[in-house]
Formats: sequence, C-alpha cells, structure tokens
Amino acid sequence: MKILVPVKRVIDYNVKVRVKSDGTGVDLANVKMSMNPFDEIAVEEAVRLKEAGIASEVVAVSCGLAACQETLRTALAIGADRAILVETDAELQPLAVAKLMQALAAKESPQLVIFGKQAIDDDANQTGQMFAALMGWPQATFASKIAIADGCATVTREVDGGLETVELKLPAAITTDLRLNEPRYATLPNIMKAKKKPLDTLTPADLGVDVAPRLATLKVVEPPKRAGGAKVADVKELVAKLKNEAKVI
Amino acid sequence: MSVLVIAEHDNASLKAATLNTLAAAKKLGGEIHVLVAGSGCAAAAEAAARLDGVARVRVADAPIYADQLPESLAELVRQNAAGYSHILAPATTFGKNLLPRVAALLDVAQVSDIVAVESADTFVRPIYAGNALATVKSVDAVKVVTVRTTAFDAAGEGGAAAVEAIAAGADAGLSKLVGRELTKSARPELGAATVIVSGGRGLGSGENYRSVLEPLADKLGAALGASRAAVDAGFVPNDYQVGQTGKIVAPELYIAVGISGAIQHLAGMKDSKVIVAINKDPEAPIFQVADYGLVADLFQAVPELVSELG
Ligand SMILES: Cc1cc2nc3c(=O)[nH]c(=O)nc-3n(C[C@H](O)[C@H](O)[C@H](O)COP(=O)(O)OP(=O)(O)OC[C@H]3O[C@@H](n4cnc5c(N)ncnc54)[C@H](O)[C@@H]3O)c2cc1C
Ligand SMILES: Nc1ncnc2c1ncn2[C@@H]1O[C@H](COP(=O)(O)O)[C@@H](O)[C@H]1O
Repeated sequence: MKILVPVKRVIDYNVKVRVKSDGTGVDLANVKMSMNPFDEIAVEEAVRLKEAGIASEVVAVSCGLAACQETLRTALAIGADRAILVETDAELQPLAVAKLMQALAAKESPQLVIFGKQAIDDDANQTGQMFAALMGWPQATFASKIAIADGCATVTREVDGGLETVELKLPAAITTDLRLNEPRYATLPNIMKAKKKPLDTLTPADLGVDVAPRLATLKVVEPPKRAGGAKVADVKELVAKLKNEAKVI
Repeated sequence: MSVLVIAEHDNASLKAATLNTLAAAKKLGGEIHVLVAGSGCAAAAEAAARLDGVARVRVADAPIYADQLPESLAELVRQNAAGYSHILAPATTFGKNLLPRVAALLDVAQVSDIVAVESADTFVRPIYAGNALATVKSVDAVKVVTVRTTAFDAAGEGGAAAVEAIAAGADAGLSKLVGRELTKSARPELGAATVIVSGGRGLGSGENYRSVLEPLADKLGAALGASRAAVDAGFVPNDYQVGQTGKIVAPELYIAVGISGAIQHLAGMKDSKVIVAINKDPEAPIFQVADYGLVADLFQAVPELVSELG
C-alpha cells in the first residue's frame, strides 16, 4: 500500500506573526519557516505504518515555492521514501492544492492520503475534505487513532462532543489531529540519508491543473488589541473587581 | 439571492451553533432556507421552522443520514444546491468536516470561519491563529462559508416557516460509524457557556484538575475547558481543548488557571469579555490579555476564590 502525504511549508508555530503596514498580508521576510505541525504528524503516522509492514512506500508532496524542498527533505528525514515538489510561485488555495493532489493520485494510485487537519497559516481546514470529494473517496477528519486492516481504515476522530470512530473503505483520505502521535526528531544520520532520497519536481501545468485563486484577499489587518495587563493583589480584590467593576459574577 | 443553512442537530433538537449560523445568514440578505438531514429528525425540523428569519425548512429524513456521515450528506447538499447563492454551516467539527466536501463537489472555494459579513461576496476571517484578520472576496457563483459561532449572536424564535420533505440521495456506502464516546457532563456546553473555568499544565494531574477546578466551576455554573498541554497529558478529554485548533470560545468570563497563554491558546479565548488569569509566573503571556491577573499559586488561590465567592 502506497501512502501520499501532502506537507505544507508554513511560518514556524513559534514565530510571532506581524501584519504588514500596507495591509497586503503578513511579513514573511526573514522569518523561520517549518513544516506545518499537523503534516509532521501525518508523515510520522505514514512512516509508522510502513515500519509496521502495512505501507510499502511513503511519498511526501509539497506544493509551492522552490523552498518547499526543505520541507520535503524534513519529511524524508522522518522516513518518507521519496518526495514530489509541485513547484509554482502562484498563490495556492485549498481547492487548487486538492486538485493538484487529485492529479498526483491519478498518477501514483495511493491507497491512503494523510493530510494535516489544518495549515496553521491560512487556518482553512479544507484541503483533505476537498481532495476526498474530488476523488469520490471516504474521509476521516481530525484523526487521533488509525488502524488499517482488510482493506479498511478504522479511524478515531476528535469531534466537538468527544470521540467518534468510523470505518472507511480504502482508498481513503484522513486528516490528522494533534494527539495522533508524537513525531520523532530527525536524527543527523537520517538527515544525511534524506539528502540522497529522490525528489522530483513538476509544475501545475505538467499536471494539467488550473490553480487560479477563487478568493481575492482585499486586505489584512491586525485584530483589535485587548487592553489587558492589569493585576490584582489578592483573591479578595479579584472577587471585588469581578463583582463591582466587571459585573460578571 | 437565497441562502441555504445546513443545520447541525441531533434529530431531536438543533445545536446552538445552528442559531449563530442563521444570524450570519441574515446579514447576507435574501431568503433563507434551512436543510435538516437526519433520521427521525422531525422535531429538529420543527425547531428550525420556528426560528426567526427562516422562509423554508427542507427535510431529508432517511436512515442513511442517522450518523451524519459526510460522504452521503455532501452529495445530498450538492443535489439540492441549485438556486442558492450561499451555503452556510457552523465552523464546528460537523461543519468543518462537511462543507469543504460540498465546496469541492460544486467546484468552488470555501470561506472558512468567518467573523463578519462585509457584503454578499466579501467576508472577514482570522488567519495565523487570529493574529491577523483577512478580508476576502469570493469570485465563485456560489459562496460556501463556515461561520465562527462566537462572532454572531444566536438568532431567536418567532418564525413559522414551511416545512418541505426532500428526497434522500443514494447511500455513498464508503464509510460507516463504528461508535461514539461522547463526554457526558451536566455542565453547560463550552461553546455556549457564559462562564468558563479552564485549566492547564499547571494543575499537574487529572486528579488535581478535578479537585481544584470543579468546585470553582460549580460555584459559577461554569463550563470546564483546558489547554492543549492539559489534554495531551490526559487530565481531561480532547473536547475540552480551547484554542486555534480546538474550540473557539467567547464567554462573559474566562478564568485561565495554570495556563501560560501560548498564541495557540489565546486564539481560542481572547474574544472573551472578561479574562482572569491565575498563574504563579508573573511573566506568563496570559497576563498580557487578562483584565485581572493574579500572580499566585493556584493550589492556594483557587480554593480561596471558591470560599470567597460564598
Ligand atoms: C499546531 C499546534 C496547535 C496547537 N493548538 C493548541 C490549542 O488549540 N490550544 C492550546 O491550548 N494549545 C495549543 N497548542 C499548544 C501551545 O503551543 C502550548 O504548548 C499550550 O497551550 C501550553 O499549555 P499550558 O499553558 O497548559 O502549559 P504551559 O505552557 O506549560 O504552562 C503552564 C503554566 O502553569 C503555570 N503554573 C505551574 N504551576 C503553577 C501553580 N502551582 N500555580 C499557578 N500557576 C502554575 C506556569 O507558570 C505556566 O505558565 C498548539 C501547538 C501547536 C504546535
Ligand atoms: N501547498 C500545500 N502543499 C502541500 N500540502 C498542502 C498545501 N496546502 C495544504 N496542504 C495540506 O492540506 C492540509 C490542510 O490545509 P488547509 O486546508 O489549508 O488548512 C495541510 O495540513 C496539508 O496536509
């Protein structure tokens, strides 16, 4: 069974994001970029399935700038076997990425595609579901446990009320949640090995996919600041303030 | 122009999130229809018909919708999408699971998690864990939108919409529900609570979480929440998590206990009306957003707070 894992290059989750003063977006110049944390979890899960003898090959895919090669090398260092970069300078929105993945799935015939549930930059939470729809595949979003057997994936999902378990017929798409696993650190020998693993590059045109954006961003602004920061001396003062000033209790 | 709101419900009643989604729909203008797909869902459909602003309720009542599986539901929405300029659902795990699938079947973008409607095609949504607000305009013929429930006041009752049955679609037959483990609690739902008491890694254990925070939540009639660290450590179930990738809440009062205030946590609670933070580290970032910060050991401060509340 082959597994595809789409991995997105995003601003590192520790970076304090700054909105550009001209309102066109956030400042990405000289900030640390990393693999989307949910995608690290997806790669880890795929590699574990390979180590368990369930998957035969793990292919990481990233769509975007040439710099996404770094993200793919990270995936290879975690244990993916090879990587595909769909290179473009164009802005890619979730529907476009889902279509690129659809075109790749037609070439690669994976039985499973594991997405992150959400990219921490656009916070869209769409791409995996869109891909599943385009393929006519079943989906399990927000996975915290995956078991593969007899042509089915049994997936536990983190939902608003608690947990839900669904069974999907393979091929299927799954999106990861935080508690699916804890990704390993890439060791130096594995980082060295990753440099030699195959990384192919294609373009959206090679795949015959129109990636034109459907949403135009008119402006990006900073959210209103909270006037926080006030301290109280003790519990008595806290209770008095909540009663008399804030009037919330 | 007409708007289709996908109801989130449990067959017997509507989830509160549906009411906030309806409120967003009303800002668009145009006739509003509500789709109720379920099994034995007449009561939920009647509840939808009583809501203010709803012109028609369309009900697909069939066993294949009992478990709300997205494959069959998305197909049903696609089949009934003709004529609508907008399709809306709440940005809950239900809506997030379903609506992107609908959008892709219609070959349109989805606008996720809107917090404001600027016009019929232009919306405001948070990005980067709420550190930026983007105004986006959709060029698609149908706008498929999920709604951040905390940003819109729940719609009220007072309507008397027509209820119409629609045919169920085919069973996609791709997936099935194996089981649900829902957290049982007599407390208010996190998303709808007016007071939330939330605990982090500082509580140290599930045992401490319960013994320290439950008396406070009892006193205030509050819902209980948590940081990711508290959930990862197993103090509480996953559905307690507040944050960028958990639940978004905006109660009247949010009390953060032993939570440092990472941006991912703040993303889920910084629109609360009043924020209280109790943390022993005066430098904890949670204090920057707190209206009332108390630098103290939580194991002393919280029991004291409980007794002070009388
Ligand atoms: C992709 C991604 C998504 C994430 N999504 C979320 C999310 O949705 N929600 C979320 O919450 N986090 C999320 N996180 C995690 C986030 O970055 C933080 O790691 C997490 O919020 C920390 O939880 P905490 O504040 O409980 O723990 P810590 O940061 O360890 O803070 C514990 C606090 O307790 C205080 N404390 C300890 N003992 C006491 C005591 N006796 N009395 C008083 N105070 C005490 C300490 O001073 C400290 O400030 C996400 C991270 C990533 C990478
Ligand atoms: N440009 C991209 N390249 C590769 N994978 C992506 C890209 N954009 C989104 N994805 C995948 O889709 C998931 C969800 O992203 P989103 O729908 O944007 O929140 C991510 O976690 C990735 O697995």
